[in-house]
Amino acid sequence: MIPIPYTWVLILATVLFGIGAIGVLLRRNAIAIFLSLEIMLNSANLAFAAFALKLAYEGHGAAAAAGQLFVFFIIAVAAAEAAVGLALFIAMFRLKETIDVDRFNILRW
Amino acid sequence: MVTYVFLVAAAVAIVFALLAIVHRNPIVNVLSLLVVFFALAAIYAVLGMDFLAAMQLIVYAGAVLVLFLFVIMLLNIKSVERIGSGRPLQAVFGALTAIAIATATVLAIRQLTPSWGALLPGSAKGTVYPLGHALLTSHTFAFELISVLLVASLVGAYVLARKEDR
Repeated sequence: MIPIPYTWVLILATVLFGIGAIGVLLRRNAIAIFLSLEIMLNSANLAFAAFALKLAYEGHGAAAAAGQLFVFFIIAVAAAEAAVGLALFIAMFRLKETIDVDRFNILRW
Repeated sequence: MVTYVFLVAAAVAIVFALLAIVHRNPIVNVLSLLVVFFALAAIYAVLGMDFLAAMQLIVYAGAVLVLFLFVIMLLNIKSVERIGSGRPLQAVFGALTAIAIATATVLAIRQLTPSWGALLPGSAKGTVYPLGHALLTSHTFAFELISVLLVASLVGAYVLARKEDR
């Protein structure tokens, strides 16, 4: 098996992070922003996996396992965040009948 | 062979990530994101991280995206604005900021030296055993904390999304 250089994985993570950042900065629909955020979270996971791969290549097995565990923790936290975030969008929609973030410029309640 | 699978999965991930952020139909966005998650699971599998590939499919593709679809159908959003529409300044500065972030990260990556060698330890037998062992010995506190976080987010999501009695 020819190993994949971990820099390729890092470059893919960078490209995905950039795409997600463009989505977060340019979209105005809250769910679309949230989807872009998920892409950014996944690219962070991919970066963790890339460095776990680097540590494994260099022979640090325990550290590589810790890197993979971090990805596992991030996936769990992202699932919790998705539940709370989508519940917030439902609450926003009840308040204003829209989830366009430009319409949420009030800080009164 | 492994390299080709990685490259194809990476290309699929990038193309569908772009589709996920530019398409106007929110259902298409979510289903494109599903393809991105499958491609990333394939990449994890190719890298020898079989546990992460399974987690990616079960948690992201199985749970998070179904939640997204539920909410989109619940809110009945017909179509979304075109990307960057009506805000030319926001579009320009947003694109510039994203490109700056990506450039900075690429410059940081170029500082690293690529290394070639063996795959992950224990990858012949799978990574489930070493990861599970580490999870219940050296990372027990974080593991238990995750369950507290999940309960808290469950209660929080219920409180936020329920209809208030008036």
